[in-house]
Amino acid sequence: MLEAVNLECVRGQRRLFHGLSFDLADGHMLWVLGPNGSGKTSLLRLLCGLLRPEAGTVRWNGEQVRSSRDSFYASLLYLGHAPAVKDDLSARENLSFGLGQSGVAVSRQEVDAALSEFGLADREELPCRALSQGQKRRVALARLTLGADRPLWILDEPFTALDAQAIGLVQSHLVQHLTRGGSVVLTSHQEVDFGALPVKRLRLAG
Amino acid sequence: MNTLGLAPVLTSVVRRDLTLALRRRSDVLTTFFFFIIVVSLFPLGVGPEPNTLRSIAPGVVWVAALLASMLALARLFASDFSDGTLEQLALSPQPLVLLVAAKVLAHWLVTGLPLVLIAPVLGLQFDLSAESVSVMTIALLLGTPCLSLIGSIGAALTLGVRGAGGLLALLVLPLYIPVLIFGAGAVSASAEGMPAAGHLSLLGAFVLIALVLAPWASAAAIRIALE
Repeated sequence: MLEAVNLECVRGQRRLFHGLSFDLADGHMLWVLGPNGSGKTSLLRLLCGLLRPEAGTVRWNGEQVRSSRDSFYASLLYLGHAPAVKDDLSARENLSFGLGQSGVAVSRQEVDAALSEFGLADREELPCRALSQGQKRRVALARLTLGADRPLWILDEPFTALDAQAIGLVQSHLVQHLTRGGSVVLTSHQEVDFGALPVKRLRLAG
Repeated sequence: MNTLGLAPVLTSVVRRDLTLALRRRSDVLTTFFFFIIVVSLFPLGVGPEPNTLRSIAPGVVWVAALLASMLALARLFASDFSDGTLEQLALSPQPLVLLVAAKVLAHWLVTGLPLVLIAPVLGLQFDLSAESVSVMTIALLLGTPCLSLIGSIGAALTLGVRGAGGLLALLVLPLYIPVLIFGAGAVSASAEGMPAAGHLSLLGAFVLIALVLAPWASAAAIRIALE
C-alpha cells in the first residue's frame, strides 16, 4: 500500500501543492489530473523518492520510501517523462539493458515477445534513432509486459504519442495489473475508460 | 521473472556503456587521437635535442593524459541525464554507488586504458629508456583510473549546468594535481636512475582512496541533480 501524508512540493519560488494526503490500496489506481505546470510530474517523482518533499512523507507498506530505497525500488516500475531510450542502441538492447539495470531478469525470447506485442516485431535490431516518436515510446512501454511482477507502477503520461491501438494495449496491461492486485499511479490528459475498475482521481489545482 | 542480484545488474550497466561506446566510436577515437597528437606536438615544437626531450617527457605525457581524460568526461553522465536513463539508474534496487562505479569502469575501459596501451609507443618519441617506459606505463595504469574516478565527481556535479564543459575543467583539473605530480615524478625518478616504487605506491593509494570515495560522492551529486 502506498501512502502519502501531508505532502508539500516547492519548485523554485512556487509552491505547487501542500497538505496533499492519500492512500492507494493494492489493486487500485490513482489518476493524477491537472493543467500543465500543476505539479503532476513533480508529484510522481516525489512518490518515487527522486524528489525530496518540502514537508510530509511517502510510505510504501508502512516504510518511508526515501529511507528504504532498496526494498521499495524492487517493487517499483517507473516510466518517466523521458523514455530512457538510447538512439544508438537497438530496441532489443534498450529494453534488455534497461530492465537489467532495474534488476529485472529477462531472457531474449521474453524481450522479443514483449517488443512484438508492442508492434515492433522485425524492428528489434534497428537502432532506435530510426524509430518514430511513438515507436520509441512503445519500446519504453514494453517494460510493462516484462516488469509485470513489480507491484507498484508509476507512469508519467504513458499515452503520449501513442495511436489508438497502442493506447488500447497499455490500457489492457493496466487492467491486468490491477486485477492481479498491483497498484498504479499515472498522469494523463487523455480520457481513458477503465469501466468498473477502482480508479481514484486526484486533481491538482495548479 | 525474478529480481537480479548485484553482479548481473553491474554487468548489464558495463555492457550497455561498452556497446554504446562501440556505436559512437568517433567519440572514443577523438580522445585517443587527441592524446597522441598533443604528445607528438612537443618533440616537433621543442626540437630534437634528446636530453631536453627526456626531461620533459613525463610532464608532457601526463598533462596530455589529464587533458584527454577531461575531454571524455563530459559524456560520462550527460546523455544518460538528458534521456532519462540516469533516473532509471537511480531507481534501481541495487545501490547507486555501485552502479556509478560500474559506469566509471566502463568509461575507463574505453578512454583510460587505450592511453595506457599507446603510451609506450609515444615514449619512444622522447628517447625514454626501456625502464622509464615501463614505469610510465605502470604509472598510467594506476593513475588513469584515478582520473576517471575523480572526474566522475565533477561530471556529476555539473549535470544540467549551462556551460558545463568549462566549469568541469575548472573543478576537476586542480583535483588531478596530486596524480600529475606523482605520476610524472615516478617517470622522472626512473629516468634519473632512482627507484620509482615510492611514487607508484602513492599512486596505488590514490586509486584505492578514489575508489572508495569518488563513486559515493558522484552518486550523491547525481541524486541532487535529479531533484
